[in-house]
Amino acid sequence: MNSGADLGGMMGFGPVIQEGENESNFHATWEERVLGMTVALGACGLWNIDQSRFARESMQPADYIRSSYYQIWLYGVTKLLKEHNMVCEDELVSGQPSLPPVPIKRKLLPNDVMPMLMAGGPANRKEQTTASFSIGQQVQTINAHPSTHTRLPRYARDKTGIIKKIHGVHVFPDSSSQGLGDAPTWLYQVSFSATSLWGEDRNERDTVSLDLWQPYLRAIA
Amino acid sequence: MHSHNDDDHSHLTDIEARVRALESLLSEKGYIDSASVDKIVQTYEKNIGPQNGAHVVAKAWTDPDFNQWLKDDATAAIHSLGYTSRQGEHMVAVFNSTDKHHLVVCTLCSCYPWSVLGLPPTWYKSPPFRSRAVIEPRAVLADFGVDISTSKSIEVHDSTAEIRYLVIPEQPENTENLSEAELAKLVTRNSMIGTALLSHLTVGS
Repeated sequence: MNSGADLGGMMGFGPVIQEGENESNFHATWEERVLGMTVALGACGLWNIDQSRFARESMQPADYIRSSYYQIWLYGVTKLLKEHNMVCEDELVSGQPSLPPVPIKRKLLPNDVMPMLMAGGPANRKEQTTASFSIGQQVQTINAHPSTHTRLPRYARDKTGIIKKIHGVHVFPDSSSQGLGDAPTWLYQVSFSATSLWGEDRNERDTVSLDLWQPYLRAIA
Repeated sequence: MHSHNDDDHSHLTDIEARVRALESLLSEKGYIDSASVDKIVQTYEKNIGPQNGAHVVAKAWTDPDFNQWLKDDATAAIHSLGYTSRQGEHMVAVFNSTDKHHLVVCTLCSCYPWSVLGLPPTWYKSPPFRSRAVIEPRAVLADFGVDISTSKSIEVHDSTAEIRYLVIPEQPENTENLSEAELAKLVTRNSMIGTALLSHLTVGS
């Protein structure tokens, strides 16, 4: 979707403000809890990472841009909890359970935290087809504006690039984010010249590379 | 602890209370165990951070076979050091050189190689960095005090999929005699994102 999260190329935000190499991970206790709860709730198995990202980017754009990272995470996880009937609005207001819990696939116990974090969640899947594009080939990205989750940013739509790497077959977020299954497909690293993305006054040596799934790409005849 | 966004203190207090209420609700309903939440937080505070990436970089500088393995299959090479954790399942290492500089961003969210760098710094997640890194990387680098010659190319990696990028900075001069562990201490988090250079480091004898 053309969301508030799709920030590439926007202007007017001012300089990048840094706190230095030793910035702490968290700037308030609630941020720690939001990170930990989001990871722990993911282990319940009722949604995947693409659904999480879709929930976060669904935030009203003006709110998204104004919010801090963990405020956005809190918004996203609360939205998912409500959508899956794990909590209702009354419970969020009162902090007290009023409805029985819904079934979850698993509850993350302390001893399972390290194994779960170390195992991660690989997004690659078995190759069932051959890749349509080869390294060095020119491709054009599609011009599409879906109202649901996509990982083809606005600035890279309807542009010409070159296939630089073939990453393998990966879960397709446009499907997975809607709960429609992994729909695995080929994933490529595609490189675009800065001038083709942003105009002739950019440095002609500079490039931007994105990792893009096969359905985003068309062969150039 | 301090706030570094525009929120006033009362707003933070409000969100602190809301998050506390949410955690107690989720615990009471049996969805989460607060001890697991503690453990997740502690893992990223203590065990998983840029020291992992610094180890990878120092090994790449000192071990030619590992360096080649990183180029051929960064996922396997990095996993061989035990850095297998989430947001590092699929890795690509990109090597800075005399004619190319790499910079990593995620314009759509804040994808970041947690397994080797830990949790991302605030600036990485902020609209100024996410919006500008792809359109004016040289100006963004100038905010970090990094000046890349216009005759050198910059490749920006927008992390749009589950592939995570680790920048291997150029080794500082006059460090050939240092051990892997000594070299690892020179490697900064920002140098592995591409917003710092190590080449200007002067290393004492």
